[in-house]
Amino acid sequence: MIHAAFLIPLFPLVGFLILAPFGRRIGNPIAGWIATLMVLASFVVTVLVFAGVAGEPVASRLHVENWFTWLNSGQLSIGVGIQVDPLSLTMAMFITGISTLIHCYSVGYMKLDEQFSKFFVYLNLFVFSMLMLVLGENLVITFLGWEGVGVCSYFLIAFWFTRPSAASAGKKAMIYNRVGDGGFLLALFLLIDKLHSLTFTTIFSHLSQLSPTDLTAVSLLLFVGAVGKSAQLPLFPWLADAMEGPTPVSALIHAATMVTAGVYLMCRVNPILHLVPNAGHLIAWIGVATAFIAATIGCAQTDIKKVLAYSTVSQLGYMFLAVGCGAYDAAIFLMLTHAFYKALLFLASGSVIHAMDDEQDIKNMGALRRAMPLTSATFFIGWLSIAGIPPFSGFWAKGDVLSNAWVVSPALWAVGAVTAILTAYYMGRQYLLVFLGEPRWKKAGAGSLHPHDASWQMSMPLVVLAVLASFGGLINLPFGPHLTFLESWLAPVVGSGLLHNTDSTLQLWMFGVADAVFAIGGATIALSLWRNVVNRPALEPQFLFMAWFLDASIDRFIARPSSALALFSARVVDRQVIDGAVNGVAGLFKVSAGRLRRLQTGYVRTYALVIISGLVIMVAYFMIRSGL
Amino acid sequence: MTVNVSWYLTLAAVLFTIGAVGMLVRRNILVMFMCIELMLNAANLTFVSFSRELNDVGGQVAVFFVLIVAAAEVVVGLAIIVSIYRRHVGATADDQHLLKG
Repeated sequence: MIHAAFLIPLFPLVGFLILAPFGRRIGNPIAGWIATLMVLASFVVTVLVFAGVAGEPVASRLHVENWFTWLNSGQLSIGVGIQVDPLSLTMAMFITGISTLIHCYSVGYMKLDEQFSKFFVYLNLFVFSMLMLVLGENLVITFLGWEGVGVCSYFLIAFWFTRPSAASAGKKAMIYNRVGDGGFLLALFLLIDKLHSLTFTTIFSHLSQLSPTDLTAVSLLLFVGAVGKSAQLPLFPWLADAMEGPTPVSALIHAATMVTAGVYLMCRVNPILHLVPNAGHLIAWIGVATAFIAATIGCAQTDIKKVLAYSTVSQLGYMFLAVGCGAYDAAIFLMLTHAFYKALLFLASGSVIHAMDDEQDIKNMGALRRAMPLTSATFFIGWLSIAGIPPFSGFWAKGDVLSNAWVVSPALWAVGAVTAILTAYYMGRQYLLVFLGEPRWKKAGAGSLHPHDASWQMSMPLVVLAVLASFGGLINLPFGPHLTFLESWLAPVVGSGLLHNTDSTLQLWMFGVADAVFAIGGATIALSLWRNVVNRPALEPQFLFMAWFLDASIDRFIARPSSALALFSARVVDRQVIDGAVNGVAGLFKVSAGRLRRLQTGYVRTYALVIISGLVIMVAYFMIRSGL
Repeated sequence: MTVNVSWYLTLAAVLFTIGAVGMLVRRNILVMFMCIELMLNAANLTFVSFSRELNDVGGQVAVFFVLIVAAAEVVVGLAIIVSIYRRHVGATADDQHLLKG
């Protein structure tokens, strides 16, 4: 079945190619179902390929398919092809799986939108790009996918482009990502210069040719790319603004898949990172700092989606913490479970927003548990899962990350543990404000609001994701090698760089109990504080609400000076220096020509006189020369 | 007293000078035109003199070229002059100064 792997990205591409020209004619809801079917087909193929690869011996699970050579230049040859191995298959499987659910959800969510078919054009293009990103056999294909998902992210954030806030949020995401992409590109250039190849297998087998400086530079530059894409410090403000897009987009792109591309990239290049321990420390610290800061910001947000956005940033920080500690399997584990519960939380909040007639402020909600029992129950599972309450999936994944962090540095573990408490707290606050307490929407809005659970297209994905979020931990239980399926499955790819975690059973239980205490503690704090209270200004300081003023600082110290510089270039450098030089040359010729034209009298005798004078001079010259 | 080549050359120089000065000082287009012919023929005389002195037929060949060019010039030049006079009776060379910058 491995030879069918090319079908995985092909199906969404076909969906895109059908819907781009004909989507409007096919219309609502058939266009949406076609898109869903294409992604579903892709998921089925992925599962079949997965089964094929899983049936092979561990040593021969790496398949590189080179379809054609794209460009040849000197020693550099770049092909187009895919690499099928445990890591890329894991990614492809959860991407197509979650995408199928979210496509299905979108058919219900976007039902009343005028640009229904266009939405699915972008979604299918996104899935195709994301699959090329994870399946690419060289860094160029990965980079193309990387940019492809970036463009789709831009289109989808600015999907309701008539809203100025959506249009500028799209631009913001694009610009922040460009900063990261700069790092990615520089890393590619460095590798081309040193190794003349960007194919993963070639790079990893020739790492000994790179000097330590080059290795550090490559890993840090790739990390810069990952920081941009995965919204880490200091480039995370775009992700909060990205919530301007439709909620399914937030769930798919800005929580489950695209933003994890940076983590994927770091895991993919783990042989490089393995050789540069200091870069790992930096990554771990940036990750855990992001996790902590974003979690504190999440505690003070009032927009239902912004809480989730900062929570995504925070969880991504955990993933980078795992990557930095060398626990790539833990990073992927958390990525998978996070995809389940965060997609669930976003879709549930989308369902709430839908029911509340586009109200997003959690202070205006409350008591929705009775009106929307299914949404409430699934959101509750999402909360328990992200908080890390055993036995939900988040408990196992976060525990895996934290115990690995302890091995590297107890300080990392401590910050991660505080963040875990905060996570349980802010998600609890959100759950309580939205689903319990007083029905504040009855007072705030018009009386005609009758919130209810959504149609089956929207409910079915919620249920599936709730099941996955509950039992996702089963793929990697830390009780002996026969239960760590994910770790054994990923071992051929990340095994060489893996941190060797030598926890004893006692330690394992201690970590487990500690994690559970953090989670339950955070949830209890939330319960005691927010059960019946809507406003607690002391706990929602402006400093946290404004996201540590990071956005404002970037605006003040980078954006505005840059704009001033741009205006200076436009008004002074361009108008006066460049235009001045051009106009100056023209003016010089104009003045000199004005003087010289007076020589032309137009009288025949003048010209005759000049000619004869010339003749006389020549004759005189020849006479003098001949000594006459 | 023998008439050697320097007499011819002197005559040619005198003719050329008369032509050149006439070209510069006269305003009548027809007279200026004749002055040009005078200069051409002064040059021809020089060619012929040297041809004879140096026993080289090349100089006489050059004279033929000059004659042909002069004939062509007369055809074009006279036509222009006639059309100028048709347009403006009694025109002088100074009236025609369209090339003034």
